[in-house]
Amino acid sequence: MAEFQHSVSLDAQKCIGCTSCLRQCPTEAIRVRDGHAVIRSELCIDCGRCVRVCQHKAKRAVFDSLSDIDPKYKWRIALPAPALYGQFDELADIGELLQGLLELGFDDVYEVARSAEIISECTRRYMRKPNILKPVISSACPAIVRLIRIRFPELCDHVLPILPPVEYASRAAKASALQKYPTLMPEEICTVFISPCPAKTSYAKNGLSQTKSSIDYVISISDVYKQLSGKFGKGREFTMRSKAGIAGVKWASSGGEVEGLYLDRYLAADDMDNAIQVLDAIENGKLPALEFVELNACPGGCVGGAATVENPYIARSRLLSFRRGLPNYRNYLHLEDKEPDYIPPDAMVDNPIKDYVPPERFSEDRFEAMRMMAQMDEIYERLPQIDCGSCGAPTCRTFAEDVVKGECRMEDCIVLLKRHLQAQKEGAEK
Amino acid sequence: MSALHFHFEIDGMDFSSAGDASVAVKKKLRQLGFPSDVIRRCSIAMYEGEINMVIHADGGTADVMVYPDKVVMVLEDHGPGIPDVELAMKEGYSTSTEQIRNMGFGAGMGLPNMKRYTDSLEIETQVGVGTKLTMVVSV
Ligand SMILES: Nc1ncnc2c1ncn2[C@@H]1O[C@H](COP(=O)(O)OP(=O)(O)OP(=O)(O)O)[C@@H](O)[C@H]1O
Ligand code: SF4
Ligand SMILES: [Mg+2]
Repeated sequence: MAEFQHSVSLDAQKCIGCTSCLRQCPTEAIRVRDGHAVIRSELCIDCGRCVRVCQHKAKRAVFDSLSDIDPKYKWRIALPAPALYGQFDELADIGELLQGLLELGFDDVYEVARSAEIISECTRRYMRKPNILKPVISSACPAIVRLIRIRFPELCDHVLPILPPVEYASRAAKASALQKYPTLMPEEICTVFISPCPAKTSYAKNGLSQTKSSIDYVISISDVYKQLSGKFGKGREFTMRSKAGIAGVKWASSGGEVEGLYLDRYLAADDMDNAIQVLDAIENGKLPALEFVELNACPGGCVGGAATVENPYIARSRLLSFRRGLPNYRNYLHLEDKEPDYIPPDAMVDNPIKDYVPPERFSEDRFEAMRMMAQMDEIYERLPQIDCGSCGAPTCRTFAEDVVKGECRMEDCIVLLKRHLQAQKEGAEK
Repeated sequence: MSALHFHFEIDGMDFSSAGDASVAVKKKLRQLGFPSDVIRRCSIAMYEGEINMVIHADGGTADVMVYPDKVVMVLEDHGPGIPDVELAMKEGYSTSTEQIRNMGFGAGMGLPNMKRYTDSLEIETQVGVGTKLTMVVSV
């Protein structure tokens, strides 16, 4: 498989080598080397937490911008994430926002919330299947899906083998454009996802397993926010209407997905630490009674994504106010004549997520790995064990690992060095 | 090659950290590159043993010896001991209190699961003295 393309990157000029992101990284993927943070590609899950905590704005989520869109595309379809709806204070109707997107230069808009409703319908059908591994884990948050692959490989088979709503939306948007405008060629149409997070950008760039994504560009919610804020609520005319129902819009915040499944025994957890604890519990067989688990990497769900603008709770409250006027569902598959657990093949993930390469493994040779770990424990015992971070590793334990791997030297531990110097000085004085 | 040895103190008062040793072992085994099913079996067995020590025996110690071809877990406590091991091994048998059950434990599945997921489970126990479990998971 080709090298994984990440969408969190570092601006070395802005990074002052402080340690605020170090310990926040849920996979311990960050080190500070030569005064700058370095992200380890194989461990990074693009969750964007470091982007959120960096006070120097040195961690950046990589997105496309509107000007990146190739002129060869004659028909540009915006795919707004439902989290976008919660960003604007003055917005009274989602239609007004969709109209705003057209004014930015899009030819059409296809709401991801619409596909979320379809995915909910498919998931309800999936849950009726016999012999599925439970709890089923949502596939919507790509940071979680990648975390599972890296740290919880045994749980890969629990991940819902159904497309995330944004992928379904991209395919549906292209198909419906071709149908509506028969003169368009497929290669003239592009989809542009308006995303709450870098994780979704990585998803669009890398796809899932061997499944390539049909999303062509990903721009950030904050970028669109900058261009549209202040434009709404002035009694402007708009003809666009939202085609999504409550159930789809709800997906923007944690718990929205499970609510649409009408199950009795489910769990929704948000924020990385909580998600990791839940996954540990599932792996230990501790949640056998649950049918479905929704996990979101960001606090509050996608409304808390690293590329959003508004506080997640405020955004959520705005979404609630839109929801009042909407019907629950507006998008259906119309499968009444099919078996209750039938799922259209085009909604399924072509290849189940399973290719386990343990990125944390010290060595391919187990004897060598064991030797390294023994050495690591020895080194750890000699360290101050205060996890100060000044060596550039998040914890003394990771520092010991780095020493064994030859990435840094004992002398990089400043605390230890100071103790040595002190001892030397005292020795000299005596 | 000699084994790697990891030692954990399991605090009997602290429900919130129950399971931490299991998570730590899981991480070590991943770093050592053990197959994921071995990791999972060790992690489940370790977790159940750990929880039992917290709930039934006021804590204890866990020692994990990792060999290239097997993982040996020894859990030892100075709790009340198990009067009837055969009975305790039965699925669904539990002496857990209502309060413990309300916390989501006490289904009586811990020991049976430890047996199921390991290649061998040995129980040495004496009422009023304590319990020592030795579990082996082979690669
Ligand atoms: N370390 C121990 N010390 C004393 N008694 C124990 C110990 N471990 C288990 N037992 C006894 O054996 C019984 C069965 O243990 P088991 O782990 O199978 O079930 P449980 O802990 O009661 O419930 P579950 O593990 O499903 O939460 C316990 O209820 C308890 O009486
Ligand atoms: S929770 Fe939503 S916004 Fe956050 S990483 Fe996952 S998909 Fe992106
Ligand atoms: Mg038990």
